[in-house]
Amino acid sequence: MNYLNIALPKGRLGEKAYGMLKQAGYACPAIEQDSRKLIFENEALGVRYFWAKPSDVATYVERGAADIGVTGKDILLEYTPDVYELLDLNIGKCRMCVAAKADFRDDKTRTLTVATKFSNIAKEYYSALGRDIDIIPLHGSIEIAPVIQLSDVIVDIVETGTTLKENNLAVTDTVVNISARLIANKSSFKFKSEEIENICKKLSAEEEKQ
Amino acid sequence: MMETYLKNEEKVVFSLRSIYEQFGYRKYKMNQFEEYELYVRNKDFLLSDAVITFTDTNGKLMAMKPDVTLSIIKNSENKPNSIQKLYYNENVYRVSRHSDSFKEIMQVGLECIGDIDSYCIYEVVMLAAKSLRAVSENAILDISHMGILSDIIDALSLSGAQCKQILKCIEEKNLHELTNLCEAFGVEAQSSLLLQDLIKLYGKAATVLPQLEKILKNTCAWESFLELKEIVELAAGSDIEDSLRIDFSVINDLKYYNGIIFRGFIEGIPAAVLSGGQYDKLMRKMKREFGAVGFAVYLDLFEQFFKTEAPYDTDYLLLYEKSESPQNIRKAVEALSKKGSVLALRKMPEQLKYKTLVTLKNGEVITTDELS
Repeated sequence: MNYLNIALPKGRLGEKAYGMLKQAGYACPAIEQDSRKLIFENEALGVRYFWAKPSDVATYVERGAADIGVTGKDILLEYTPDVYELLDLNIGKCRMCVAAKADFRDDKTRTLTVATKFSNIAKEYYSALGRDIDIIPLHGSIEIAPVIQLSDVIVDIVETGTTLKENNLAVTDTVVNISARLIANKSSFKFKSEEIENICKKLSAEEEKQ
Repeated sequence: MMETYLKNEEKVVFSLRSIYEQFGYRKYKMNQFEEYELYVRNKDFLLSDAVITFTDTNGKLMAMKPDVTLSIIKNSENKPNSIQKLYYNENVYRVSRHSDSFKEIMQVGLECIGDIDSYCIYEVVMLAAKSLRAVSENAILDISHMGILSDIIDALSLSGAQCKQILKCIEEKNLHELTNLCEAFGVEAQSSLLLQDLIKLYGKAATVLPQLEKILKNTCAWESFLELKEIVELAAGSDIEDSLRIDFSVINDLKYYNGIIFRGFIEGIPAAVLSGGQYDKLMRKMKREFGAVGFAVYLDLFEQFFKTEAPYDTDYLLLYEKSESPQNIRKAVEALSKKGSVLALRKMPEQLKYKTLVTLKNGEVITTDELS
């Protein structure tokens, strides 16, 4: 059977996205049972879901292992996969921000050190401002970088700002607003266009209801 | 028999060559190297701007070809009233987007250069569609007209960076971002809606053309629309009609491409395997007084598509003792090679998959039918 393969990000965002897909008529009861399985099928509807690491969803879709997927705009901006971005699902909303110690003074005569998981987004942002920066790539606990003087600022995702506050950091600028997007493999879109367009229409209606 | 041992990618190259020859295109053979300067001047035309360079014996900085089209134009004669129809089958050297390192890629393509008319453009589109069909029945050729988008976007009086952002949204079918950008850039509602309609329109000519005609009538893109219509309608009733789709997400660089552009997809291959279009602007840049249209087929993408060719490495594995006479081995190999591929060895190799094991002992052949 020629399934429509859908990659979802593991975690809260993926569960929310599945909720929308279910409401739109693409339920898969097996996925709702507590299990360690990663792939789930609904033969009657011809859909196959799988859970992937959030930052890998775009890769699955770009390489055609998944026809469509749900991923954050942050991942799309950072990795620039060659995919179609069909819908803003308006879930998982947050901001990509520059944050620094509350008392930080930006000395523009010096190179700015930036700790981040999102090197490409940070490079592009500062290049548009004409600012010379030194990127310090980190993979987690970004907030401690300015505190222990590893960097002047951080570029990271901010949801509520609680973690920043607890580490005596404050947002200095917003780089871009982030939310979850429905993406599609370019080739799959050609050969499964009806199924993908249907899903899009129904999800769009769901998104408007929310 | 020889054809049995050719890889599917190699068979594809032969069938593409025969299609192009059938329509009068002649093979163009060129040097592996080109002066680096050619690529510096036309960096944006390349898929990736990284080029392998070396200094020649005369001190000139040379490059391993990352592209064939530029060399063909450079070597073309500047005769405005003639038409040259050429195809090539060459290795090019480019950085792979995924491995971030240089790769040797076999590329097949064709160019129609000179005083090109509508038929020439149609013929190249038709050959692009036939090239895809030579690989698989399940193939789609997306077609668009660069002029339609550039006419509309030029009229918006946006900055270069803003135009780039708008084009990127169209390329990604990103309706929500396009709407936001148009609002942010102060694009008037009518033009914004027109661009949104172009993103949404996708499909076979019979469905899309009438809708397109309605929305583009009385706009600055009308002339370009008529050109697209003419080419698409030429395909009506032909065997390529079914594989053609109008899709404005096909976008090539505005600095080089002006007219019809297209991109080819094959079911099972996740990215476009063919890309091409009319590039008169590149011709002007290279001081040629005529037009050109062409395409390239990216054969490296076929490797994954054809990966399950044979379940074993050889039909017959012939094992013989050290004491065996070469004469006996020769006779056994000759006999087996009439039935299939044969690998003669003294020792059983590791991890070799074979269909039939044949052992040779003092001239006696013992066959064990099994699939290892």
